[in-house]
Amino acid sequence: MSDVADRVKKIVVEHLGVEEDKVTESASFIDDLGADSLDTVELVMAFEEEFGIEIPDDAAESIQTFGDAVKFISEAA
Amino acid sequence: MSGGLMDGKRGLIMGLANDKSIAWGIARACAEAGAELAFSYQGEQMKKRVGPLAEQLGSNIVVPCDVMDEASVDALFDELKEKWGKIDFIVHAIGFSDKNQLRGRYADTTRENFTMTMDVSVYSFTAVARRAADLMPDGGSMLTLTYYGAEQVMPHYNVMGVAKAALEASVRYLAEDFGKDGIRVNAISAGPIRTLAASGIGDFRYILKWNELNSPLRRNVTIDDVGKSALYLLSDLGSGVTGETHHVDAGYHVVGMKAVDAPDIDVTVKKED
Repeated sequence: MSDVADRVKKIVVEHLGVEEDKVTESASFIDDLGADSLDTVELVMAFEEEFGIEIPDDAAESIQTFGDAVKFISEAA
Repeated sequence: MSGGLMDGKRGLIMGLANDKSIAWGIARACAEAGAELAFSYQGEQMKKRVGPLAEQLGSNIVVPCDVMDEASVDALFDELKEKWGKIDFIVHAIGFSDKNQLRGRYADTTRENFTMTMDVSVYSFTAVARRAADLMPDGGSMLTLTYYGAEQVMPHYNVMGVAKAALEASVRYLAEDFGKDGIRVNAISAGPIRTLAASGIGDFRYILKWNELNSPLRRNVTIDDVGKSALYLLSDLGSGVTGETHHVDAGYHVVGMKAVDAPDIDVTVKKED
């Protein structure tokens, strides 16, 4: 697993308080990992901080799964 | 902590969302100085966030309050009266507007959103202040949060700027109303900080970068900066201060134009279309 994926996973596990093995490529933050709408905003803010990148609103809305987040961040970072 | 500035003081913090919140910076500063705290939250989404944070500061008074609902505000202060009898300070960190209207033109604000924004962001402070004053027989201190967009036009701040102007005016009127009872009322005008609330404001990263490059201190402020200034206004250090809008913004409010040494940040920070 890439460095980016590891760091994203660490943030997700800590923020949502979920088991690491639940955070799979296709795991949806809201449907599978129990995130509410504020969690998704907070996660995006945490990703931005961790990777020093900017995730615009429309991109943030398209980040639904762990895989989406890793893909977006890998391309942006 | 013994010998703290806030030893023996009890206060209510309204509007805490998470550990990035300005209310958190203030709550932490107050708790470290010896204050005992209560927290109010709106809705289940906030309850699960505020509970653990309150616990970190040794507080187990976490009460729901919808500031749009008079009965809910009454219930909050009834509970504080029952638990504590009286209070020494309140911190109001509440504001809301439709985020779709925090970009583009102010002129396009709808009547519905204007009214709602003023109700949540302005009237709520007055509604809370009136009830808090009843629990402050020995005087007290009230604090709300505002932003420079109340005084000058800031991009995208729009109806929230108009609401903050009204909030600052209400601070002055409340200061007069309660001054004779030894109750002080002030506002902190904080520079931009990346909070959950700020995530609703258009081009926020650009605004942050601009402030960092152009404020006299050449940096942005933190929630700890705001916490320390709040401590001054909430404690006896601020005993002679009321009706004030105090800027905690790295000095940005004195600046008249872009700093000569500030680079053109268009190239480093992308603006929204």
